[in-house]
Amino acid sequence: MKIGVMIQEGPYNHEASDTAYKFIEAAMAKGHTIQGVFLYDDAVTNVAKHMEPPQDDRHIARRWSELGAKGVDIVVCVAAAKRRGMKPELIVDNTRISGLGQLSEICTEAERVVTFGD
Amino acid sequence: MAKIMFVNRNAPHGTIYAWEGLEVVLIFGAYENELSAVYMDDAVFSLKKGQDTSALGIKGFLQTLPVLEDYGCEKIYVDKESMEKRGLKVDDFAIPVEVMDSAGIGKIMEEQDVILPF
Repeated sequence: MKIGVMIQEGPYNHEASDTAYKFIEAAMAKGHTIQGVFLYDDAVTNVAKHMEPPQDDRHIARRWSELGAKGVDIVVCVAAAKRRGMKPELIVDNTRISGLGQLSEICTEAERVVTFGD
Repeated sequence: MAKIMFVNRNAPHGTIYAWEGLEVVLIFGAYENELSAVYMDDAVFSLKKGQDTSALGIKGFLQTLPVLEDYGCEKIYVDKESMEKRGLKVDDFAIPVEVMDSAGIGKIMEEQDVILPF
C-alpha cells in the first residue's frame, strides 16, 4: 500500500516524530511504500542539521536523513520552515524544502494518509 | 482527485494549529480536490464573530474564513455538541455553517479519502 505521512510536532518535546519514524520503519518492513513524509507545523525542526542530542539519546534528524537516503521523500513545508528560521542550508541531507502543494500531492497519490501530532 | 476533510479541534489561539491548518486549506484550493472542513471541540471558537486579535500580534481568522468557499472548501460543518457545550449559537459564527451531530459528521468522515487534523 502507498502510505503518506504528515508530522505536526517538533522533536524531543513530543513523541510524534519518533512514533512516525517507527511506523514508517514497520510499514516498509512489511513491504508498503511511503509516498512521502511531510513535516508541517513545528515538525519542520525535526531535520535541523545542527541538532546535537546527548550520545545515549536517539538522533532524530539523523534518523530522518538516513530514511531519506533509502529513497523516502522527506519534505519540509516552506511556509512553516520560514516561520521557524529553517532554511535549506540548515536541514540534514536527503530531505528537502517545498510547498504545501507537495502535501496535496501526497494526499491524492497515497492510498492512506497517517498524521502524527496532538 | 481526493475527498479531503480538515478536522479542526483546537482553540483558535494559544497554539498555531488552527492558523496553519487554515493555510493548508488555502493552498489545497489550488488543486483538484473536494474539500470540506469540520470545527469541533474548542475549534468552534475559531468561527466566532468579532474576534479582535490585535493585542496578540496575529492576523486572526475573520478575513480568511469568508474566502474558504472561493478556495473550494464549500462544506463547513460544526459539531452540534461542541457548539452547545460552549454556549454558542449559529448566529455567533462569522460564516454560514452546517451544524450536525457527531453521528452525522462521522458518516461524512467515512466518505473521505483523507482526513487532516489540526
